[in-house]
Amino acid sequence: MTSPAMKRTARVAFGGAIHEAVEHTEGVQLTDGRVLPETEVVWLPPFEVGTIIALGINYADHAKELAKELTMSAKDEPLAFLKAPNSLIGHRGSTRRPIDATFMHYECELAVIIGKTAKNVARGDAMGFVAGYTVANDYAIRDYLENWYRPNLRVKNRDGCTVLGPWFVPAAVVADPHALDLRTFVNGKITQSGNTRDLINDVPALIEYLSSFMTLSPGDVILTGTPEGVVNVNPGDEVITEIDGIGRLVNTIVGDDAFGR
Amino acid sequence: MNTARHPARRGTVYGTLLNHRDALAALGNAVNEPPYKAAPKAPILYIKPRNTWIDAGQPIVVPAGVDAVEIGATLGLVIGRPACRVSEADALSFVAGYVIVNDVSVPHESYYRPSLRFKARDTFCPIGPFVARVRVGSPDALGIVVAIDGETVHRANTAGLIRSTARLIAEVSEFMTLATGDVLSVGVAAGAPRARAGQRVSIAIDGLGRLDNPLISEGALA
Repeated sequence: MTSPAMKRTARVAFGGAIHEAVEHTEGVQLTDGRVLPETEVVWLPPFEVGTIIALGINYADHAKELAKELTMSAKDEPLAFLKAPNSLIGHRGSTRRPIDATFMHYECELAVIIGKTAKNVARGDAMGFVAGYTVANDYAIRDYLENWYRPNLRVKNRDGCTVLGPWFVPAAVVADPHALDLRTFVNGKITQSGNTRDLINDVPALIEYLSSFMTLSPGDVILTGTPEGVVNVNPGDEVITEIDGIGRLVNTIVGDDAFGR
Repeated sequence: MNTARHPARRGTVYGTLLNHRDALAALGNAVNEPPYKAAPKAPILYIKPRNTWIDAGQPIVVPAGVDAVEIGATLGLVIGRPACRVSEADALSFVAGYVIVNDVSVPHESYYRPSLRFKARDTFCPIGPFVARVRVGSPDALGIVVAIDGETVHRANTAGLIRSTARLIAEVSEFMTLATGDVLSVGVAAGAPRARAGQRVSIAIDGLGRLDNPLISEGALA
């Protein structure tokens, strides 16, 4: 018997209300007992999201992949940037690809959710500040990249371009967050794979670094970066970002027409 | 619609890079050279996260090892209803009112990929009292005065914006939705002054009053 604190949880909309839900063999079970297939509910990001911190180039292989457009190599200080809630959507949502884009790509990332206020946390204590994990798919549209405050928000902070879910996975059920295979499928074909053991800055390093100058609060989330294997995606493509033990996050690319543009 | 009230909750606070003509001019031809290679095309935004927010009177903490911090005095547009793809002509109707924003930074040379350490530190975004839009004249002709320990050290005016307030909202809302309660600050003018621990900084904007904050050293917190 799994205790409630060890269960993977979700936030879903169903029947005109927003519900907490837990994983069930037939889909999800709402707090009121109803069991529903996962396609019958609307999936929201699985926790109340605070500050969103994302890492660029935090896997060695991805750094090499982007080397053409970088004017520097991966250096000691993590390349962190911020995103806003307008960018968030949940599992099974749709993300718009603008008609003028030529290179829009997914990024499968382990998302680390902060559970308690963290300021000047030492590496050795850092894991105690982690509430849990989820999967992030952090889209970028590279056509809009400018060499000012990279990556500029027009590339990385577009509406619906940060997919989170399906589950909030409590830290206690993840034995080692630095030994997780992650992969992306586009229309069922694997296009990206990696393992969190290859993070340049691991989770404790990121918490130690960030908390040295900014207080982290419960609900703040760190998107830890993506390995190599980013490819262009087009309207109609189904993009699945998956991390073993954390979740399988489904998203569909749509065109401007779906947004009345 | 009633735009006289502050939205119930503050959303995201955005800053705009190099939106003053003099700030861009100060870079000279460097904008065309590596690593930038071209002047900004679309608005370049950054985020001042919630840990940076403080109110008037609360201390700005100057980090250990930093001699002085840069005082980025600017006008914040408080969004009153969701703004997605709004026209320049309609843009100001999405603004509930204004705040004074002190966009504090650790001075840094490069705008290419500056570290969050420079702009996202705790206490690095004092935000002043809210004034409803209807009580302020044109947001594109507001004088901004920065004083340190009572002495005027910097003057600017929103008339110097490259993108006017309405134009900025229109261009930003083309690629992302601004939510009710978001604050879009319009950009800092050239020659932003610096201040040290032990000093007091005051920013006044026409029609908005003043935003005063003392600066203390990080060591003083221990």
